[in-house]
Amino acid sequence: MTGNRLIAVLCVLFGGLSIVAVAQAQPNSGIVRPTTEPSTPSVQLGSQLFAANCSSCHGIDGKGITSPRPGAGGIEGMGPPLKGVGAMAADFYLRTGFMPLSSIHDEPGNDRVLFSNKELKSLVAFVASLGPGPGIPTPNPTAGNLSEGMQLFTLHCAGCHQEDAEGGFVTGARVPPLQGVNATEIAEAVRIGPYEMPPFSTKLISNSQLNSIIKYVLSTKHDDNAGGWRIGNIGPIPEGLVTWWIAVPLLIIACMLVGRRFRRE
Amino acid sequence: MKDPFEDPVRFIDERTAAAPLMRKGMRYLFPDHWSFLLGEVALYAFIVLIATGIYLALFFDPSTAKTVYHGAYAPLDGQTMSDAYKSVVNISLSYKAGLLIRQTHHWAADVFVAAMVIHLMRVFFTGAFRKPRELIWIIGLLLLFTSLLEGYLGYSLVDDLLSGIGLQIGYGVGLSIPLVGGNLMMLIFGAPFPGTAQFWSRMYIMHVLVIPLLLATLIGVHLLLIMGRHHTQFRESPRHTERRIIGVPLFPGQTPRSLALMFYVVAILFLLGGLVQINPIWQWGPFEPWLATNGAQPDWYLGWLIGALRLMPSFDVTIGHYTLIPNPFWGGVLFPGIVLGVLVSFPWVERRLTGDHRVHNLADRPRDAPNRTAFGVAFLSFVFAVFAFGAADRIFVLWGLSYNLQLYIFRIGIWVVPPILFLVVRRACRELQATDRIEEMRERAEEEAAEHERALARARPEPTA
Amino acid sequence: MKVWRWLVALLTLLFGRLMRRHAKEAEGERIVPAGTPERRAENVVLLLLALAVLWGAGFIVTYAEWSPAQLPNELLGICLGMSLLCIAGALTVFAKRLVVTEELEDDYPQEHPQEQREILEIVHESGSRMTRKRLLISAGAAAGGTLGVAALTPVLSLGPLLDTGPLDRTPWHYGVRLVDENSAPMLASDIQAAGFYYAFAEGVDPENIASDLVVLRLDPAKLKLPPGRANWAPQGILAYSKICTHAGCAIDLYRNPKFPALEPKPALVCPCHYSTFDPYDGAKVIYGPAGRPLPQLPLMIDSAGYLRAAGNFSGRIGPAWWGVREKPKNE
Repeated sequence: MTGNRLIAVLCVLFGGLSIVAVAQAQPNSGIVRPTTEPSTPSVQLGSQLFAANCSSCHGIDGKGITSPRPGAGGIEGMGPPLKGVGAMAADFYLRTGFMPLSSIHDEPGNDRVLFSNKELKSLVAFVASLGPGPGIPTPNPTAGNLSEGMQLFTLHCAGCHQEDAEGGFVTGARVPPLQGVNATEIAEAVRIGPYEMPPFSTKLISNSQLNSIIKYVLSTKHDDNAGGWRIGNIGPIPEGLVTWWIAVPLLIIACMLVGRRFRRE
Repeated sequence: MKDPFEDPVRFIDERTAAAPLMRKGMRYLFPDHWSFLLGEVALYAFIVLIATGIYLALFFDPSTAKTVYHGAYAPLDGQTMSDAYKSVVNISLSYKAGLLIRQTHHWAADVFVAAMVIHLMRVFFTGAFRKPRELIWIIGLLLLFTSLLEGYLGYSLVDDLLSGIGLQIGYGVGLSIPLVGGNLMMLIFGAPFPGTAQFWSRMYIMHVLVIPLLLATLIGVHLLLIMGRHHTQFRESPRHTERRIIGVPLFPGQTPRSLALMFYVVAILFLLGGLVQINPIWQWGPFEPWLATNGAQPDWYLGWLIGALRLMPSFDVTIGHYTLIPNPFWGGVLFPGIVLGVLVSFPWVERRLTGDHRVHNLADRPRDAPNRTAFGVAFLSFVFAVFAFGAADRIFVLWGLSYNLQLYIFRIGIWVVPPILFLVVRRACRELQATDRIEEMRERAEEEAAEHERALARARPEPTA
Repeated sequence: MKVWRWLVALLTLLFGRLMRRHAKEAEGERIVPAGTPERRAENVVLLLLALAVLWGAGFIVTYAEWSPAQLPNELLGICLGMSLLCIAGALTVFAKRLVVTEELEDDYPQEHPQEQREILEIVHESGSRMTRKRLLISAGAAAGGTLGVAALTPVLSLGPLLDTGPLDRTPWHYGVRLVDENSAPMLASDIQAAGFYYAFAEGVDPENIASDLVVLRLDPAKLKLPPGRANWAPQGILAYSKICTHAGCAIDLYRNPKFPALEPKPALVCPCHYSTFDPYDGAKVIYGPAGRPLPQLPLMIDSAGYLRAAGNFSGRIGPAWWGVREKPKNE
């Protein structure tokens, strides 16, 4: 290819990629906000944001929508009622980004935190005002016992979340890994049981036990990988990959160094 | 000046009469293509397993008696566990070099089986299992399948959560053997899972004594038979024939090479043992039968079984109130049994199908046996596809590809892809053979042309001064 | 001058010996052909071996330097691995450059029909004194066979080969109380809807897998239990065996939708091969390879509000074997 042609191709490529990148960098255009927001969180702001962004699935004043109905922005809307779920549920789902969902058929995933902190607080206050419900928990993981936490996590949580909190699979749903969650979110999830997760009451896991569990989960962010490269902490699959993609090629190279290649006379 | 070796050599020959054997043995010939060294790689991995295994056995406590841990690893502090598990946590975290040797031992096990598999592939695709080497082939398969059991027992001895689940599944698969499964498991375990305390002694003695002795004996016979018949060779020149072997003598040529390979293998295994973590059992925690974890997997060489078990649709074969074939039988017993059966019988099946009953000392290039190569690739793809499905859940977690969709793709794919591959590979082999012939003819034509040129040049008159 | 003559004599002597040795070598046939020396290769080998010494020493120093809790596994592995690698490299150079690479020819071994014949002859000729060979051989086989069976008989002490009764047995019968993992009895009122609970038989070793249960509180209106189990779930609280009927793993996954209209319905799931059971429908298999539903344990609530078993399981627990569906021998 001639020099000029090459430059032209590179320009088009670079330009095209930049456009895509810039487009991705724009905030999602799905959120509707009032043109002027007050400087402090308020139930009223929460009510406005809720009406504009959440009611198409959760209904006006969080009454719930029981059969799919076209809503704002062309999204099919359907969702559970929110009366009595309390500040805890609203805080959890919004801070993790599980809500809002881009499609009612999706499993909630924690990659869409679309509201500012002030907006989040407002929405939480509004949902809490819909009916009496549990408040945001205040766990204290430093008061927990790491060993008790590991035992309880293994008993109650590892079946879905994997012993090292690396996440996993339940038929029909993905269980998220927990390295990116903070103590409050863990406490909230345990009590709520979001999506397909069962809730765990204080009778089953007391608050002090929950502190221990949270302490253990937080510790999985910095596992004691005394053996070297952790290769994922999920067990034999990466070990097999290392065997076949690192050890075997090296050994074949060793054989080629020591032996000889084909030759034809 | 006196030869320093003279006295030792005379000493040995006077007491063992071994000089003629040594004289002949030193000049035993090795055809030295690099792919003939893969079996040696497995042998050296085995030696590392023995050496590191002996060290580990000096620290391991094969007892399921309960104890409480108070040691270096805080998350386990105060937890109840078996003596076996505690001793392995201590080896890993409380004894210097314990972790290095333990990890090297486990890497060596994974690599040992992998080396045997690529060695098996080399032997298969070069037709080196043919007469007179069928016995060596059978012994090799026995070695491979025995090693699968040996590795399974080895990592199950630790009594951690991950391997305990695997043992539970092994019990379930054992129960699924038609008619006798229940009786057999009662005999081996002594009681319903988790069995009696003696079950651990049984696993231990099988893993450290009985099976290693069996493996060592089989390896010895394997090597003796190879030496008796000499190694196969590729036909790299007209001098390489079925009757004449060409190679490097054991001494001085092959000895430093084999020693070098041994050091490479041991080096790679210890580098892995030091740099890449494997089976961090302190993170898994101790096993109890009422506990489980998501993402439990066996070591890679048993992954084909978990894939097979997961692929099966839900049914038990019953006769009235009796369960003739419980579900795990198909994936856990029949599938590996068929694979073993196909491999064991292959030399004789091939003899029957090709009518070739001759002795073969020359190795084929894969393209020279299109049907065999195609069958081998197809069969391998079948086993590999079943094996790959075993990781479908993790693929879903990582990349979102629906597990159910993968299930149906693989249920169909494992039957559809191998026959297609058979036809494709066979055609490819035949094409390659054809290009060989064309290449030969082209070379011959060019030779003739060059000869013609030279003749013309000789006939040309000398230029006058 | 005397010194000079002595020197010449000495040098001539030395030279002469050298030349004579050379001549002798040139006369006789060598077994191993001579090769050209390569000092550069020798230097490389020496260097690699020196490096191996350093790495090996590094291993010893690393081992000595750190306490067990701080000892960096990577450093230890690198020192040992690199030492071995340097030796491997040295041997490779040695093999390729400092040792003659010969390519020799030899015969492949052939069959030995003469010796085969002689072996057969020896065996046959040795039998000249026997008149009833077949009878002797049969008798020998009988003796050896019986001895073999006798030698194997002690294997039966390993376990109850002929008795699969232990597989049938469970600790549950009418009145046995349910306890949690801390051996505390379970109140029915503590079992919350949508929660996921484990239970064991009171007073029984929890390692007895027949003792392990999952306990759920479901909506009684939605239960579709098999016939005969109408009162097995007081207040909608029911219990199933925790041990998967496929291959025996503990079922510790519970799918519990918060919005059933859009989410997968409730199910107990096994993490090993993903057998999925519908707790509303007698734990029938709705996905995965298990061939039997989970056995259900009938529950009752005693006068103090504790959960107790109201009988034995609906079927045998655990993975299937020949007799797993047999009619129960006792209740």
